[in-house]
Amino acid sequence: MKQLTALQQQARRSNSFRSASLPLDTSVDGAIKSPATIFWLVLHGLCCLISLVLGFRFSRLVFFLFFSTSSPSATTNLYSALHTRLPSSITTSPPAVNGTAVAVDGGSRVVVGRHGILIRPWPHPDPAEVMKAHHIIERVQREQRIQYGVKSPRTVIAITPTYVRTFQTLHLTGVMHSLMNVPYDVVWIVVEAGGTTNETAALISKSGLKTVHIGFNARMPILWEDRHKMESQMRFHALRYVREKKLDGIVVFADESNMHSMELFDEIQNVEWIGAVPVGILPHSGGSEGVELSAVSREDTDKNENSEMPVQGPACNSSNQLVGWHTFNMLPFMKRRARYVGDRAVVLPRKLEWAGFILNSRLVWKDVEDKPAWVKDLDMVGREGEDIESPMSLLENPSVVEPLGSCGRKIMLWWLRVEARADSKFPARWIIDPPLDVTVPAKHTPWPDAPPELPTPVVKVISIPENTEKRVAKRSRKRSSRSKRKRVPKVLEEHVSTRHSGDN
Amino acid sequence: MRNWRCVFSMVVYFAFCFSIEAYKFQRTQQTERISGSAGDVLEDDPVGRLKVFVYELPSKYNKKILQKDPRCLTHMFAAEIYMHRFLLSSPVRTLNPEEADWFYTPVYTTCDLTPNGLPLPFKSPRMMRSAIQLISSNWPYWNRTGGADHFFIVPHDFGACFHYQEEKAIERGILTLLQRATLVQTFGQRNHVCLKDGSIMIPPYAPPQKMQTHLIPPSTPRSIFVYFRGLFYDVGNDPEGGYYARGARASVWENFKNNPLFDISTEHPSTYYEDMQRAVFCLCPLGWAPWSPRLVEAVIFGCIPVIIADDIVLPFADAIPWEDIGVFVPEKDVPKLDTILTSIPIDEILRKQRLLGNPSMKQAMLFPQPAQPRDAFHQILNGLARKLPHDKSVYLKPGETILNWTAGPVGDLKPW
Repeated sequence: MKQLTALQQQARRSNSFRSASLPLDTSVDGAIKSPATIFWLVLHGLCCLISLVLGFRFSRLVFFLFFSTSSPSATTNLYSALHTRLPSSITTSPPAVNGTAVAVDGGSRVVVGRHGILIRPWPHPDPAEVMKAHHIIERVQREQRIQYGVKSPRTVIAITPTYVRTFQTLHLTGVMHSLMNVPYDVVWIVVEAGGTTNETAALISKSGLKTVHIGFNARMPILWEDRHKMESQMRFHALRYVREKKLDGIVVFADESNMHSMELFDEIQNVEWIGAVPVGILPHSGGSEGVELSAVSREDTDKNENSEMPVQGPACNSSNQLVGWHTFNMLPFMKRRARYVGDRAVVLPRKLEWAGFILNSRLVWKDVEDKPAWVKDLDMVGREGEDIESPMSLLENPSVVEPLGSCGRKIMLWWLRVEARADSKFPARWIIDPPLDVTVPAKHTPWPDAPPELPTPVVKVISIPENTEKRVAKRSRKRSSRSKRKRVPKVLEEHVSTRHSGDN
Repeated sequence: MRNWRCVFSMVVYFAFCFSIEAYKFQRTQQTERISGSAGDVLEDDPVGRLKVFVYELPSKYNKKILQKDPRCLTHMFAAEIYMHRFLLSSPVRTLNPEEADWFYTPVYTTCDLTPNGLPLPFKSPRMMRSAIQLISSNWPYWNRTGGADHFFIVPHDFGACFHYQEEKAIERGILTLLQRATLVQTFGQRNHVCLKDGSIMIPPYAPPQKMQTHLIPPSTPRSIFVYFRGLFYDVGNDPEGGYYARGARASVWENFKNNPLFDISTEHPSTYYEDMQRAVFCLCPLGWAPWSPRLVEAVIFGCIPVIIADDIVLPFADAIPWEDIGVFVPEKDVPKLDTILTSIPIDEILRKQRLLGNPSMKQAMLFPQPAQPRDAFHQILNGLARKLPHDKSVYLKPGETILNWTAGPVGDLKPW
């Protein structure tokens, strides 16, 4: 239909052209009537031919340039740019912003017809304006959060047990950045095994959050079993701090190596007293183990959901009430589980991890009137030696737990444990000072294949020496030329001594 | 007796207090009251303020046309059909023409569609003329006032000029027979031939159901700064540009195609409505005519409309303060659009969003079926009610005729 327009337009224009020119000519001079019309016809035909060749309507352009009446500046430019006016006009643009500046000056300023397309000389974004736009967007989003998000957001109290080792920086930085992105107030309680160290303090001071660095006077054990127990104790220690200081907010157990999504922090604002979120367990290191895992998971479909990844969390019935728990089934992994930190095997979580529970900090306060009846006092639980497996031991009645995360269906938190060997070395604060020297050629420092010494009664005979130094190697080479039998006991002695020095 | 008086005064006192409280509560809510130049009129109820008589025209003027092409119910000119249906069952309708304040003629002039769905206005003048001849000969009310207390819905591109091309429409002008009647139209441009004084501007029809199904949660953060989807160059009719949209759309493209803040393109995605809800500003530039359904969509989805159309008159301009809600950018300032938009103070932007969030604002732009209170149908009736009572001068003396029945192009005089 619009093409119809164009054809009609052209036809009408040429008609009006001719009809306009005819009366004009008759009024001026009768004698030159026919040559004038012939002239116009010829000119028009010529223009049509030229436009056929060029590919656009050339005749309109000529007509327009020669015969256009006075019109605003916009109509006389074709693909023009606003040159020098631009810098000055930016400063005078504010009046144009308000719609009220559209002045009605009697006649209409709006003209029908061909207008120029105004392009400024540098049609690219100005960085200052881009920043302003981003500030606007950020403010609008903040307003949206105020209007539609959580009405009165509570402080998030994150409790993280940690200790100094190779992967500490890796994990702690991950949690730190997650907490820095949380749009609510955060209090970060970092409990460190082995007492507070400068290493950890330097790391968490970079966060800009309100941090509390508590030391816990015990070394982190190497066996995973013991480590899980110690971590529970450390978290409990942090809860005692919350109780003492009467911190108000929502307690989240943000373990170092876990992965938290931002939606988790929005969801936990809904908790009233104690809530449970589903935790995805990522135990296997991928590869062939993953295939085995899926084969096993098909058998226990009632424990694991349809995915291959096991999930720990609340289970609900159709009316969204808590009816049970998905816990971690260790049976398929028993053979491959890791026993000590740094073992190249699957690290398994316990039945229900602390990370999946969210507490209202008032549950651990003492002498609070509106504490619900079903919560035990913190001092009653966790007497020396008692293993607190999960925050459920704080409750008399486990059915009061609120299922969050759309009743256990939406996973916003993943559990994983990845550690290097317990005796692996790393530069303090990851600053290499003094700069590295040329190191010993590799073949003189054999890669340690033996596992580190474990605090078990079983004494393993270590066949291959570890952490050999340059001097020992040289001496052994020197002695090898003499007698082999004598070398062995001496080398063993050296090895024993070096082993002790290299132990954690 | 005294007790009764005491109780009554107490009741009145409490009612007064509660109304004050209610008013205060409304003020502290997140949205602001819309108050146009005519006052707080968006929430007025027209029932009881006017009476409308609906002429019974033969079905060739309305039902038969609709039967021939049911696409008329979904295109942006469908307001004329839905207004008819609304008036037939509305409490403002009266069956007694003697007590009517306004007279409505149900003639669907915009229902002659091409295969593509665009309406052809070539027969509309004749159709309108034939309808008016019918009502003037069968009822005395047209001749009584020369049509001054009649209203017509003409939602096409240039209203009662009945042409899609602006130059042709200007040449034709408003149909002479309609020069005394009130026109309810979508087209509005100041100092334009096709806009009569006293016309009521309405928004184009946008399907409310379709927009409802594409709503996303309001907590979804708005992350797009400027959003626009549509043509910049109408390649079929104006390939060089400069004619379509007076070059404004082409200017937007040329200046901002490389600007990451501007999400503009000609592609029409399936998430068009959802994207509008994620945008802070939505461009509403003119096309072949200054009005566009984008304004309605922007208001429904809470996106601040950036109106680029010189001298445009927006729907219900006396009831809705458009300068407070949208951003007006003159066409010559389009190259500076990014500067203009980023220099709006943030408080103003938040205020505009609050005004847009007002549900009565959104309601006023829609034509829901069945009609709901404060929707566009009611705003039209409110507009008509505001023009009452009719001035004594509209009533012609018997025998006096003002309208020239033979004016206009020769082609219009042929019977339909």
